[in-house]
Amino acid sequence: MRRTTESENKKLHKVKKKMEAKERRRKRPSYFGAMIDPKGFHPSQIKFYLILLPVLVFTILPILFIVSHAFKPIEELYAYPPKFFASRISFDNFRALVNATSQTDIPFGRYLFNSIIVSILVIIISLLLSSLAAFAFTYLNFKGKKFLYAANQLAIMFIAIAVAVPRFMMITYLGIANTYLAHIIPLIAMPVGVFLLKQFMEQIPKELNEAAIIDGATKWQVYWHVTLPMVKPALATVAILAFQIVWNNTETSALYIVDEALKTLPYYFGTLTLATNSIAAQGIQAASSLIIFLPNLILFIILQKQVMNTMAHSGIK
Amino acid sequence: MNKSQVITKDHKTRNRRFNTAYLFIGPYAIIFLIFVVLLILISFLLSFAYYDGVNMPRFIGLTNYVTLFTQDLDFMQSALPNTIKYALIVGPVGYMLAFFLAWVLAQLPRRFRNVAAIILYSPSLTGSVLISVVWKAMFSGDSRGYINYLLLSWGIVNEPLQFLQDKTTIFIIMVFVGLWSSMGIGFLAMLSGILNTNREIYEAAYVDGMKNRFQEIIYITIPSMRPQMMFGAVMAIVSTFNSAGLASALTGASPTPQLAGWLISDHMQDYAFSRMEMGYASSLSVVLLMLVLVFYFVANHLFKSDD
Repeated sequence: MRRTTESENKKLHKVKKKMEAKERRRKRPSYFGAMIDPKGFHPSQIKFYLILLPVLVFTILPILFIVSHAFKPIEELYAYPPKFFASRISFDNFRALVNATSQTDIPFGRYLFNSIIVSILVIIISLLLSSLAAFAFTYLNFKGKKFLYAANQLAIMFIAIAVAVPRFMMITYLGIANTYLAHIIPLIAMPVGVFLLKQFMEQIPKELNEAAIIDGATKWQVYWHVTLPMVKPALATVAILAFQIVWNNTETSALYIVDEALKTLPYYFGTLTLATNSIAAQGIQAASSLIIFLPNLILFIILQKQVMNTMAHSGIK
Repeated sequence: MNKSQVITKDHKTRNRRFNTAYLFIGPYAIIFLIFVVLLILISFLLSFAYYDGVNMPRFIGLTNYVTLFTQDLDFMQSALPNTIKYALIVGPVGYMLAFFLAWVLAQLPRRFRNVAAIILYSPSLTGSVLISVVWKAMFSGDSRGYINYLLLSWGIVNEPLQFLQDKTTIFIIMVFVGLWSSMGIGFLAMLSGILNTNREIYEAAYVDGMKNRFQEIIYITIPSMRPQMMFGAVMAIVSTFNSAGLASALTGASPTPQLAGWLISDHMQDYAFSRMEMGYASSLSVVLLMLVLVFYFVANHLFKSDD
């Protein structure tokens, strides 16, 4: 490409814009609709902003409410008329949340530790398993491939709640009830993850693998050094989905874990918040919702670009 | 083991004794078969048995299903109609809303679109049960509930409305919360799908006499992103049927008063883990899985039929 000076560039840009605008004016009556992903503001967008604004406000209001409620001092929770926003920031609710554990003898940090360790393990193992499987589905041949892939496609519809009973039996049968494994193993097979990764791998040019194999790389080396770096966006997306499932999960702690010291944070919050109906509990509920919600949100914001990239390949054909 | 050894080993094994592909697919296949496929099979078998979680399951034929459809009034009058109603409203409406909002977002510049997408997506990140506890504060039945306070101070009502006592309003609030959190990864998939449609097709269509954005959506946008539409539909179905415990979280009771907003998944968990009638609970879960499949085939038919 030719290198241009800045002023030249600007000029070119101006001229181009003018021509584009002219073109647009000329075509407006017939060719006006397809303005997907516009580069800037245009008066025709006003109606879309007007549609979106109330929806966005409606969507974000409960979340703002949670945030402000979580930081309200106790006396303001009882205030009448009720206030939407806290007048001063207080950490009473969070303190109450942490201290409430003294009744159960299990410190707050223990639940937090369990949640973190279980989440990290589920993310790593599920990423490994689903990327290996997706690699096999995309590049390798083996017996039962068609059947397994068809089963996997159907299992994207899998409703975890519906198999709570046999899952309970299986966990007991395998002898992993009441251990960390009960948290981890049932969650690491993610049909959606395999599916998204496979869709992504199919977009990688075949020549890349072939070149690596000609250079003497094994399948494992191709997988690790060629394929995985190419599917990073899909890996990021699967990590987010896995985190969401495991971090928000309360069923495992409620149904398959008896030992209080092995239960996780959202379960503990659930016992605190569902048991009481009082107004003081509302603040604690908001604080705990916030603690569960924030890591999800932050992870998504960091990886948003990757997620959108993955979703472009997400179609079930 | 050094590099050359690995390679020769691999080359040797490739064609003769052992297919390395099994090492790739094996770990996933084992967990997948045990914790997904096998569980569904067991669930199916258990639905023909009496099982209390302690003694061996005892085969009782179709008794569970007969009881389910002829004697279980809670199921026939509350759980089943509630689930179907909830799925029929939150599923399609949430789905269409997701598509519509994705389409609107695609018409706007990138920076605004990214922020708006994060906002719209964020409710689906919340554990809906934990969050519905906070919705409870909004709809609380005394004058301290935020909605009630607003209605009272605007003079619309004279005394606080009991939102969380009434069957109908509880259901409406559930639908509300469900729709609020329905912009999940299906929504993101559809947004990417729209952004990645080929511009030239649009131009060609306008040259051929297409007149407005509505025609554009029907004739170009949707057909060219059918795979993403299907993915979005599947995700909408999954997330709709996966919700349990919403009504209990809102009312603070399980089972809920008058079984308001009581879904099949709630009913199933109640039988499985409170009453320990796991065989019966399994027949409920089979019904639930069948419902999911029905919805899936309808969606499949809608989006796949004509290519």
